[in-house]
Amino acid sequence: MNKSLRKLSFPYLLWILIFTVVPLLLVAFFALTAYDSNGNLYLTLDGFRNVFGGETVAFSFFGLSLQLPLYINVFIRSLLIAIVCTLLCLLLGYPAAWIMAKMEIEHRRGSSILLFLLVMPMWMNALLRTYAWLALLEPKGIVNNFLGLFGLGPVQFLYNDFGIGLGMVYNYLPFMVLPIYSVLVKISPSLLEAAADLGADPRRVMLKVVLPMSRPGILSGINMVLMPAMTTFLIPDLLGGGRYLLIGNAIERQYMVSRDYTTGSALSIVLLIFVLLSMQIVSKNTDPDADEGGLVA
Amino acid sequence: MKRKLNMLYLILIYVFLYAPIVVLIVFSFNASKSRTAWGGFTLDWYVKLFHNSEILDALKTTLIIACSSALLSTAFAVLSCIGIYALPGKQRRLVMSITNIPNITPDLVTGIALMLLFFFIKMPFGFVTLLLAHTAFNVPYAILSIMPKLRQMDIHLYEAAQDLGCTPGQAIRKVIIPEIKPGILTALILTFTLSIDDFVISYFTAGNEVTTLALTIYSMARKSVNPQINALSTLLFVSVLVLLVIVNLRSSRQLSRRRKSVKPGVVV
Repeated sequence: MNKSLRKLSFPYLLWILIFTVVPLLLVAFFALTAYDSNGNLYLTLDGFRNVFGGETVAFSFFGLSLQLPLYINVFIRSLLIAIVCTLLCLLLGYPAAWIMAKMEIEHRRGSSILLFLLVMPMWMNALLRTYAWLALLEPKGIVNNFLGLFGLGPVQFLYNDFGIGLGMVYNYLPFMVLPIYSVLVKISPSLLEAAADLGADPRRVMLKVVLPMSRPGILSGINMVLMPAMTTFLIPDLLGGGRYLLIGNAIERQYMVSRDYTTGSALSIVLLIFVLLSMQIVSKNTDPDADEGGLVA
Repeated sequence: MKRKLNMLYLILIYVFLYAPIVVLIVFSFNASKSRTAWGGFTLDWYVKLFHNSEILDALKTTLIIACSSALLSTAFAVLSCIGIYALPGKQRRLVMSITNIPNITPDLVTGIALMLLFFFIKMPFGFVTLLLAHTAFNVPYAILSIMPKLRQMDIHLYEAAQDLGCTPGQAIRKVIIPEIKPGILTALILTFTLSIDDFVISYFTAGNEVTTLALTIYSMARKSVNPQINALSTLLFVSVLVLLVIVNLRSSRQLSRRRKSVKPGVVV
């Protein structure tokens, strides 16, 4: 293409420098600096010291009890909740994706409306979707009223791991189903027939053919669920009643409540490095040419 | 039997996905202020909603920001895409991977990074920072929607147009733009929706002077029960539904047109 058109990209180069590269460098910059009482900037490692040191709290996990620095504790807990939520999304979402894909393969239609209904909530504000659960899960909410009919409850659903986990699974389930579905529909039915003809029972077909072939979809689903689940501050804020600290809230509070930009930025940097590393691990296991399972608009 | 079980499973998943939304909508017509007990049908909350100046202001800001950032980012993306496409391969790949950065960084970090940028250059937080932030996160998405269309088109057409006497500007306007029009439309719709939908980035870059719908809902939802939120959600839900139906009809029409032109039975 014509070389003279290249100059059209120059404004964009300036743009990404200002709005993508510099802001991220600034986060690193603020993580390493602080203002003294005269308003002058000085270099410091206090931010990172606060993240990795500071007061310790007890961390207990399946009977295992450890004394850990506060933020490390929050970090590990956020990661655990995010992993559990990702696994639940996978367990719930995979069968749904498979059933829908089979409908599409066998009947060539019928799943498009299901697909549409799946995408639909993704376009609604996460805030509203999360808010909607409040009415259902309140101590006097609809679910508890329903349980009350059978003489059960009331159960405390909100402001604990359960409420937050449910909010996450609800919010991110479609992001798991879609990439898996888009890989599964491409599996040729004749492949499944061949496996069956060669003597594999349905379970073996599933384990030896379908599951391995859907790996890129699973990995891309994990990628799309794990990171938002790890970094959300909206869901713990609403369903955790603001009392429940995950890494997302911890960072948000450093900036918006305590105005400690140094610690906040240090936390953000640690989070960012962690997220990028884990995505690297996931995408290393993905075939480079099989990333179509990604964004479905 | 197995089919029925499959159907039951899907139904349960969809009940899970839609139950909260249905409850939200039903209770927007609830005469009692309770979030959970039914007290008769009313449209009061909708009436109150349209007299709530705080919400109306937020709605106005949201729409202005969404429209202008969608237009700005798409227009900018069109020119940038043509420029990026003309770059030699190695540079192009580098630019595209930087374009992908906002895609892989968590929203939280993007929002904070932009906030620190505005804070660092001492730009007062308000409408301008909000618009800049929205445009900043929209541009990469617009580029990623337009670029594939540009790659699909036969680039010799551009040269042919010039050989036949077009100026470069005319060739872009009369040849390239019409070819990538579907991508431009996708970019407009996508950026508009992303901007309306955004909470996290607005939260960090809006400051105290301006507020968007999402920010208003957030502060209302944290304070108390307010059925006006339900009414507002219902309206938003319906608008998203209408928008998506239009987009889907459009793309399925395109798809069937494309299907006709390929061999029947080929999966597109």
